Amino acid sequence: MYQYDTYDQAMVDARVAEFRDQTQRRLDGQLSEAQFRPLRLMNGLYLQLHAYMLRVAVPYGTLSSKQMHMLAHIARQYDRDYGHFTTRQNIQYNWIKLADAPDILADLASVEMHAIQTSGNCIRNISSDQFAGVSADEIADPRPLAELLRQWSSFHPEFTYLPRKFKIAVIASQEDRAAMRLHDIGIELVKKDGEIGARVFVGGGMGRTPMVAPEIRAFVPFAEVVSYLEACLRVYNRHGRRDNKYKARIKILVHEMGREEYTRQVEEEFAHMKTLGLDPPLAELERIAAHFAPPPYETGLSDEIDLSDRDFAAWVSTQVKPHKVPGYAIVNISLKPIGGIPGDASSAQMDLMADLAEKYSFDELRVTHAQNIVLAHVKKADLYALWKALEEADLGTANLDLISDIIACPGLDYCSLANARSIPVAQKIAERFSDLGRQKELGELKLKISGCINACGHHHAGNIGILGVDRKGVENYQLLLGGSGAEDVSLGQITGPGFDENGIVDAVEKATNVYLANRTEGERFVDTFRRIGMAPFKEALYA
Amino acid sequence: MLEFLSLRDGGEAAELPAVTLEAFSGQSNSTAVRIEPGEDARELLPHLDRVALVEVNFPVFGDGRGYSAARILREAGYAGELRAVGDVAVDQISHMVRCGFDSFRPDKPLDPALVEAAFTRFPGVYQKTVDPRAPIWAQRHGADHG
Repeated sequence: MYQYDTYDQAMVDARVAEFRDQTQRRLDGQLSEAQFRPLRLMNGLYLQLHAYMLRVAVPYGTLSSKQMHMLAHIARQYDRDYGHFTTRQNIQYNWIKLADAPDILADLASVEMHAIQTSGNCIRNISSDQFAGVSADEIADPRPLAELLRQWSSFHPEFTYLPRKFKIAVIASQEDRAAMRLHDIGIELVKKDGEIGARVFVGGGMGRTPMVAPEIRAFVPFAEVVSYLEACLRVYNRHGRRDNKYKARIKILVHEMGREEYTRQVEEEFAHMKTLGLDPPLAELERIAAHFAPPPYETGLSDEIDLSDRDFAAWVSTQVKPHKVPGYAIVNISLKPIGGIPGDASSAQMDLMADLAEKYSFDELRVTHAQNIVLAHVKKADLYALWKALEEADLGTANLDLISDIIACPGLDYCSLANARSIPVAQKIAERFSDLGRQKELGELKLKISGCINACGHHHAGNIGILGVDRKGVENYQLLLGGSGAEDVSLGQITGPGFDENGIVDAVEKATNVYLANRTEGERFVDTFRRIGMAPFKEALYA
Repeated sequence: MLEFLSLRDGGEAAELPAVTLEAFSGQSNSTAVRIEPGEDARELLPHLDRVALVEVNFPVFGDGRGYSAARILREAGYAGELRAVGDVAVDQISHMVRCGFDSFRPDKPLDPALVEAAFTRFPGVYQKTVDPRAPIWAQRHGADHG
């Protein structure tokens, strides 16, 4: 994985020093909260319902064991012994004291980490495919470009006060594990005449006006990607709406201006940008790519796995995915134990995952946008020992992509924007479907919960989505069906009137019953929904 | 405290009455113009030879359109004074310089010690823009890039 050189380290160290000064000015009273707010937000520090929340960047979701140990240390030392992995592949801490924040950033900098641009109206953490580098169907590893863009977007002087936050994802496979087209800019690496470049989608997003990003360019050569993105961002910075924060994302600009006109303006700006020498040489991308060279895999390993232990076999069948190298497998660690809080991990669990990564997976972990953890290079011969260790730490849940593998935002338990609680609803649904056999019978079923219209829990992209709203002071939950954040991207449709907290759990169960009664051989929930439409579901829900 | 800050040689303020972009385009004797956030800096490009001062107004610091306006003017070769006015704080000025601003008249005076810190804090830059700083990628790969 990428390692800082002295330039990168100096930049992060400078940021720590700057934030230490700013925090001191705030604590001394030289800065008011109003003046301090934009400064802390540039460093991922939010003031939430009960305390400060700190969001730490995990670029494209990749961590070393040492970094994961540091995340555990921060949870133990400065928070309440746990952290929450997010849908942007980051981690956030919910109980931070302002006076500790500079020390936390210094601790992070000591392991090449930071919280730069994890909030604010700027380019946020670049996300990517958690199977990057190990899935057989990828064109190239997407992480070198993601790292190049991390550096380009860090402290970008023109694009720090955009109309609204800006999210970029980079993938390189047909299979989309990063919800690429639901980003402000989605990049898919593609090959044209033997050359690798970027296919660019602009104007996707969730929030209160969900949109799937249209393609605006089929191919941008690697050597011009920075110029092209500068053009995309400049058109947005100049013309994106600033009169209403709910209409300020680039998706609204592309929608109101029209894809053709937006594309035309980007092309015009791009033609100009290309002449300015803004693009790093390809040697820079190659320098970064060298950090992502495959680890020293052993050869001649067996692909046999002894599945005589039935619980182990059940875990393997959901959590283990094919690796491109014989004898190795990709392991998905569920952070969704039945009744737990989706995405939360204790410091002890983080330390254990770090140790297991060091022992079994070349010292590397990935955070997924579905709030799970991946060990990407595990020898098949080591799977049993790994599973045993995970089981002991309550990390052995076998529910990847099943109904209890729920994405949920923090909701009204933590978040100052939320209208309703998300976590208790997730817990109740998981408990209702706690029987693993029943979950497997339902098959792939992605359920996503947001506690407000901002859609941090990706409810629009859930096969089953739940949106918490406030109805006259009472929490109310709307049900959506048919969304997908994958390569078959689609937006969920609202079924009708909402439900109360217990009613929504019943409603989810009824929807699954309609699916079971109507599915044909091999159909997933979302396939059946697409084939039979909303009517049979409505009938069952509102009869 | 600094009510005016100039990074231009001499550091003197060009005290010319700045007119609106619309007025400027319609009259030929003015040499100073003021751009508001919603206005198109490219309208000035045909007239750059007679401009000595461009003021870019920031009514609120969070409206970042002025950064693009400044960079567009510098990319087009404008070499005169480019001044940020309005809600401009010490926390924005280093980015503003990277976009081509070379003077500042903020609503609230700037603390000179903090100004000094803002300009010296970061040892490198990751992007090539319109200022003379070589981006980190150019330093990594030698002087022939950047």
